[in-house]
Amino acid sequence: MKRNIPLLITFIAGFIIIISEFIPHYPFGSVKSGLEGWFLIISSFAIILGNLNLIKVNILKIKFKSQNWKYSYVTLISFTIMLLAGVFWGTQTKSGILGSGSGIIAQIGDKPFDYLYNNVYQHLSATMFSLLSFYIASAAYRAFIGRTVEAKLLVFSAIIVMLGNTSLGFLITSGLPHSLDFLQLPNISEYIMKYPNTAGQRAIMIGAGLGIIGSSLRIILGIERSYLGGE
Amino acid sequence: MKKLFFVILCLSSLFLFAEDFSFSVKDNPNDNGSNLILQWTKPADFNGRISIKRTDDSGTVNISDLAKNYKLDYNLHPDKSYLYSFEAFSKDGKIMFDKKVEFKPVDNWFNAKKLPFLIILLLISGAIVYYIYSAKSGKELYIRKISGLESMDEAVGRATELGKPILFVPGINDIDDMQTIAGLTILGQLAQKSAEYGADLIVPVSKSMVLSTAREIVKESYLKAGHPDDYKEDSVFYLTDDQFGFVAGIDGIIVREKPAANFFLGAFYAESLILAETGFSSGAIQTAGTAMPSQLPFFVAACDYTLIGEELFAASAYLSRDPQQLGSLKGQDFGKALLAFILLTGVILEMLNIHFLKNLLIIK
Repeated sequence: MKRNIPLLITFIAGFIIIISEFIPHYPFGSVKSGLEGWFLIISSFAIILGNLNLIKVNILKIKFKSQNWKYSYVTLISFTIMLLAGVFWGTQTKSGILGSGSGIIAQIGDKPFDYLYNNVYQHLSATMFSLLSFYIASAAYRAFIGRTVEAKLLVFSAIIVMLGNTSLGFLITSGLPHSLDFLQLPNISEYIMKYPNTAGQRAIMIGAGLGIIGSSLRIILGIERSYLGGE
Repeated sequence: MKKLFFVILCLSSLFLFAEDFSFSVKDNPNDNGSNLILQWTKPADFNGRISIKRTDDSGTVNISDLAKNYKLDYNLHPDKSYLYSFEAFSKDGKIMFDKKVEFKPVDNWFNAKKLPFLIILLLISGAIVYYIYSAKSGKELYIRKISGLESMDEAVGRATELGKPILFVPGINDIDDMQTIAGLTILGQLAQKSAEYGADLIVPVSKSMVLSTAREIVKESYLKAGHPDDYKEDSVFYLTDDQFGFVAGIDGIIVREKPAANFFLGAFYAESLILAETGFSSGAIQTAGTAMPSQLPFFVAACDYTLIGEELFAASAYLSRDPQQLGSLKGQDFGKALLAFILLTGVILEMLNIHFLKNLLIIK
């Protein structure tokens, strides 16, 4: 019973979602948006669950002096400051329980929540994102030093695409006659991105789409049940 | 006589001029009765203005944006009747033409434009169900080896030998993404193996709904492996919903805990390479899988094994070795063959300047 009811709900919900794609008539036409609304409501409540878990895990780390427990103080203090700043003075468009904090805005130029968001959070986030440029270099280096035919092809096409996107690439082949325009590096680069690259990506997307159909059918028909927890 | 002739000429020219105006309302086909198509014509030399008003039981509304000769009036209700008043004014404000049309939008029971897709879906789904049941009846099915999934035993064994944990990240999307569900089904198998070998598992998640699902899955897997006491509730924990905050958290875990094996299976965006490269620098065996085409090259470059697109969705069936689930993979192969056939036919027809198939498969 514990397992059959969720399976039945999954079957009915999955089947209705599929047929609603082809039946615009009420109520089928609005089922999808309705269920999406339900999902949003449930996930909004689930945020509380996530936050409670975050607090619990970090408090336990501090309590039992687990490895690197001091970092948990940073998490908990940051969490509390942002929460209180939002609750007391609100965010950009909303007021908090102490109003809009016009006195604080006069001092620091923003509401405390927005001030912390713009001056601390965004910079930390940008720092993490900027790591990507270094990691791309190291990953590309490893991919390019491969000795297989595929790796050599990758290096060759990568060089063309990279050069084709720079002014140097244009300069190198700018001397070609007009009839050989197609051999200009920017044009070759555009061709590689537009055709072989897009074809490859679409092949992956078609495979993934079929995979999604297969997985969905397994779940709807109750063959795949591990998402319910084991079995 | 001359005067009469002049009057007749004027009247007939007026009549002819007026005939150039027309206004009609028709139902927008294949929709849920929320749209109507308004169409009108006006003489080529008309330089006045036109006005369309819609009246229903809630009042009268002016329809704007009438630059073209048609207008899709939307946000209507299929149970209501709407009265449209069309008026054409000359430059000096005189009414040259007016017409009233009452119309009720139709709530359609079938979207005929999607019929080809329904047929394709039924064929693919039918093939999947057929292979599932033929597998159930004992038919042997060959499934090619997927190295990324074969590596799971190696990764768990290595973690056990080194006494280091296994890190599993089910992507950064919520449970409504099929990739997250696919990742979580693999987590079940991995958790069971970890429980059998006695390796520690770390599962940070970025969505609260994923947290509760992942916890249930890991708990059940430990129970199934016969080691319910080894299950640690805090091994599955929430970090943050924020993309780069989540990455920072996981990078911290990788650097501090130095997991022996990392699994990145689910939906990933720009964080994919940051995670995979940090994992690479820690020396862990890495298996990644996603259906995000733009992130796959990063995983291929930085991980030992990569599940590409459909392999991620096939993982659960592959690992379970359940004939019914394996049968569904065969059905997917039929889908691939069918789509390859449609693609090739489409290419040939387009080269022959026949656009029938393209037009059939385009939903405008």
